[in-house]
Amino acid sequence: MSTSTKEKDPFIASLGKIYAGYTGGFAAFVILIAILEQMGVPDRILGYLFVGLTIGVYAYIGIISRTQAVAEYYVAGRRVPALYNGMATGSDWMSAASFIGMAGSLYALGYGGLAFILGWTGGYMLVAILLAPYLRKFGQYTVPDFLGARYGGNAARLIGVIVLITASFVYVVAQIVGVGIITQRFLDVSFGVAVFVGLAGILVCSMLGGMRAVTWTQVAQYIVLIIAYLIPAFLMSAKVTGVPLPQLMYGFALERIEGLENGFRAAGMTPPPGVTGWHSAPFIGANGQFSMPAAVNFFALVFCLMVGTAALPHILMRYFTTPSVREARASVAWSLFFIFLLYFTAPAYAAFGKVEIYQNIIGQPIAALPDWIKNWQIMSPYGVPWINIVDVNRDGIVQWGDFRIHPDVVVLATPEIAGLPYVIAGLVAAGGLAAALSTADGLLLALANALSHDVYYKMIDRNAPTARRLIISRVLLLIVALAAAWTAGNAGADILFLVAWAFSIAAAGLFAALVMGVWYKKTTNIAAIAGMAVGYVATFGYLIHSEWFGLDFIQIFGSKDAIVAAARQVGTINPNFISEELRAEAAAIVANAANVRDGALAWFGNLIGIPTDTVVLRNRVVGRLWGINNISGGIIGVPLSFLTIWLVSKFTPAPSQAMQDFIDDIRVPRGGVRLADQREAVE
Amino acid sequence: MPLVEDVKEARGATSAAVDRATGEAYWKKTSGLMWTVLAIWFVAGFGIHLFAPSLNAIHVLGFPLGFYFAAQGSLIIFVVGLFWFAKRQNQIDEEFGVQED
Repeated sequence: MSTSTKEKDPFIASLGKIYAGYTGGFAAFVILIAILEQMGVPDRILGYLFVGLTIGVYAYIGIISRTQAVAEYYVAGRRVPALYNGMATGSDWMSAASFIGMAGSLYALGYGGLAFILGWTGGYMLVAILLAPYLRKFGQYTVPDFLGARYGGNAARLIGVIVLITASFVYVVAQIVGVGIITQRFLDVSFGVAVFVGLAGILVCSMLGGMRAVTWTQVAQYIVLIIAYLIPAFLMSAKVTGVPLPQLMYGFALERIEGLENGFRAAGMTPPPGVTGWHSAPFIGANGQFSMPAAVNFFALVFCLMVGTAALPHILMRYFTTPSVREARASVAWSLFFIFLLYFTAPAYAAFGKVEIYQNIIGQPIAALPDWIKNWQIMSPYGVPWINIVDVNRDGIVQWGDFRIHPDVVVLATPEIAGLPYVIAGLVAAGGLAAALSTADGLLLALANALSHDVYYKMIDRNAPTARRLIISRVLLLIVALAAAWTAGNAGADILFLVAWAFSIAAAGLFAALVMGVWYKKTTNIAAIAGMAVGYVATFGYLIHSEWFGLDFIQIFGSKDAIVAAARQVGTINPNFISEELRAEAAAIVANAANVRDGALAWFGNLIGIPTDTVVLRNRVVGRLWGINNISGGIIGVPLSFLTIWLVSKFTPAPSQAMQDFIDDIRVPRGGVRLADQREAVE
Repeated sequence: MPLVEDVKEARGATSAAVDRATGEAYWKKTSGLMWTVLAIWFVAGFGIHLFAPSLNAIHVLGFPLGFYFAAQGSLIIFVVGLFWFAKRQNQIDEEFGVQED
């Protein structure tokens, strides 16, 4: 380590110049597009230029960073400075959901949506203090490497790989859907084609150069996405408040929203379905009063997203790439700073969008709506128009409840709402694409590395030569990518709710074993394996059971009233979406309501005083243990995993002296690491 | 740019880099810092927001304070907290002489 970092690496030393030049070039490109637009070049050509040129630059970086060295392929040679690793982590982290979806969720949910803002930032504190420096000191290639070295080999490694694959795969499918949506809109091709165009963009970045290419591409993508996110927000703030400081000025927008909401209510109007009528009010039910289940759900979601952040392997593996432990710690701080720049702007987008719509659209005759609304009254891949005006009382006036807007439009349409030229819309598309591509790159690499390094090299063929390992890795990357694209193309946008599951699954499966491995010396191999398995099975099982077998779920955990209520809910769902058997079963329960008994585990379902119930979501009756949405499924698995590890460690033989030496070594920055089992060494 | 593989650290060491007493004292202080930051994390991530309904009665620059903390205040605490943590941990490393060479 020491010699390579002491001498100034000319490439690292010139990074500042390279990326400054790149940023300047990108700015010049945007200005050029703006000039072309003024000269009358059609929007569609400008869209092609934006998407084509940015993907081309990422591909170029990917190609010049190609490598045949294992340490370069897996950990970018461990020479990524803290600041740049922070930017790379930022774009690795912020996905299409953050860039396009977050502001829209805040628009719809108001205060409730802030759970995402808190959860997706606060988790980095856990990363920094509990894990990143120690994983960096450990100094191998993947998160399962750590589990294997700390917990006695392949059993622990295999469970780690299973959790990693489950969480990363659902996540990457959602990213590819995001890429498809943006490409479809700006290149005007079908969703299926768009998915594969996006995929090509993802693959050229990661195939040839592995982590090294992904790192330097992600830095470039961060620069594009943050510029693209901030510029429209500043212009929007200038338009609404006269001061171009969105993060400071949207307080006044919040005040105006509150006034407008009160006015609407006084006029006897109700908000559209899914949109809160009290934008800034915390923990409220549909009636605007304090609701305990709303508060419990808020904190449960914050908890799961935070712990999930600190357990997602594609994020943790970024801290394997810094030159030192010290830089790893600084790098987490930089990561959070770069993420913060976007997340503290998102609520401003939501507030300004809401003021514009409430002030200028609601109460207007439908015939006289502005052009930007008409542009978005087109079909979305979700099966409803992006903006859907439903004239409920047929008075020809847009009432509060008549205006249905898909959350993604809030960011995508901001340039048009603010009356900005098309170049800004193209910029936003390029930013959204950068966000989705960079996250997909990181996830695919995490998946392919787990399969090639952990499964193939460590578990199947330890004597495989370097060249073959890298070829296998690339082939697997291609296979995983095609599988993800195939799933995305077939399932479409209906699977986006799965993203939040990835956090709960990673949190319950990996977090406890990773943290206890560093911080609790007495953690034994069997305990960790049991803890990971229990957390994973409990959470994943709960998610599947409550989501697709909601009626069965409530018959186990629900009171008799909850069971009957669930059966009635089944009856309200469009019969096209549910099976004949389920409908018959539900009808039988309703007909026989007087004889329904409490479920076998109803005492458990009522343990914290908030009853277990069901809600109709995604055309299914979905179970909610203790009234907590299954998006926060990790709330049960995470404590269970910790408890299992602690208890089993009490009753199994303590770790060997060699293992304790290993832990001592990863806890201090200085020196090397004595592995308990030399077979766990890489190379 | 050099493409040399960096295998020294992966190969593993044979002896401890610091003596046992120093290691234990260092870990005690590091744990203390960990718990401090964890407490800050808990208060900023959860504690303050328990009071969001009451804090919302206070408005600053138009922001209801409860909303402000969840949207911005806590985030600033997280970011500043992490830079502070990195600095403080470096000081502890140097105090015990266990920083990287």
